[in-house]
Amino acid sequence: MKPQLGESKPNSGGSGEADECLFEYLHAEIVNYVMSTSTNSKEGEEDLSKLEWMGFGVGYRVIERLTREWTRFKDELDMIKFICTDFWSSLYQKQIDNLKTNHHGTYMLQDNAFRLLVHIGAKDSKQYLRECPKLLAFTCGLLRGSLANLGIVSVVKAEISSLPSCKFHIEVQRV
Amino acid sequence: MAVCIAVIGKENSPKYIKCASEDMALQFHYKIHTSIDIIEEKLNMGNKAATDSRELFLGLLYSTEEHKIFGYATNTKVKFVVILQSSNASFRDNDVRMIFRKLHVTYSNAVCNPFDIAGNQIKSRAFDSSVNEIMGLA
Repeated sequence: MKPQLGESKPNSGGSGEADECLFEYLHAEIVNYVMSTSTNSKEGEEDLSKLEWMGFGVGYRVIERLTREWTRFKDELDMIKFICTDFWSSLYQKQIDNLKTNHHGTYMLQDNAFRLLVHIGAKDSKQYLRECPKLLAFTCGLLRGSLANLGIVSVVKAEISSLPSCKFHIEVQRV
Repeated sequence: MAVCIAVIGKENSPKYIKCASEDMALQFHYKIHTSIDIIEEKLNMGNKAATDSRELFLGLLYSTEEHKIFGYATNTKVKFVVILQSSNASFRDNDVRMIFRKLHVTYSNAVCNPFDIAGNQIKSRAFDSSVNEIMGLA
């Protein structure tokens, strides 16, 4: 989770951070491990809640650090914008490519080359499309956890249409 | 240095309170409790009045004859309260800012411990010792 070079990052306090590929390998291995230990109830249906929960925990903690040097957020959109730019680039070395919202608590974050999917097969290939959801569960939890710590209770879903690009849908739960 | 440092959680539950002297502890607990109201007021005011101060540091909350109370709220709605002796006139605003900055760094380090349960009180020896250091007790 190395921050981008040449950009001032709020979290890079000069401390030695691990190389980015380590996270990719570790993530792949976590997915592998969780999948091998979980009991599949039905064919073609996987239990991704454990991965999602892990992501939640990580997001909940990491946001505490990333917002440390940040000014106070004005509103919800301000927080989502932070997620799209700084948060995403400190975790995935790039920003979200497209953000859409209906201004009523639904946000759609599109990443045209999501890092955890970039190396999965060729562009637009359908070969591994079925395996992809498990690679996104962690990140869904990551988003949900970081928003939860900022005070936004939400449901995050992911969607893949063609390979390296994916969309995250955030639905804010109002009480 | 500071005579009392408190960390207050999201839902205004005490996460950590440290006082310089034990026999003053109750008095400080009351003061911290009352200061929560002022913090909330300051935070909500920021929403309406086009946010002139988007800083995390909230400044002086109130001062009494013997104490000055300062506040700070993070983006994740965690509040820090620091009580200083009023008689200590050599304190500048910047010194207080530095205290909060150090406190925030140690807090976020403590929270990033994967064994720490969010919302619970902080029971970390490392956090304890760095707070002691900030207070000048160590």
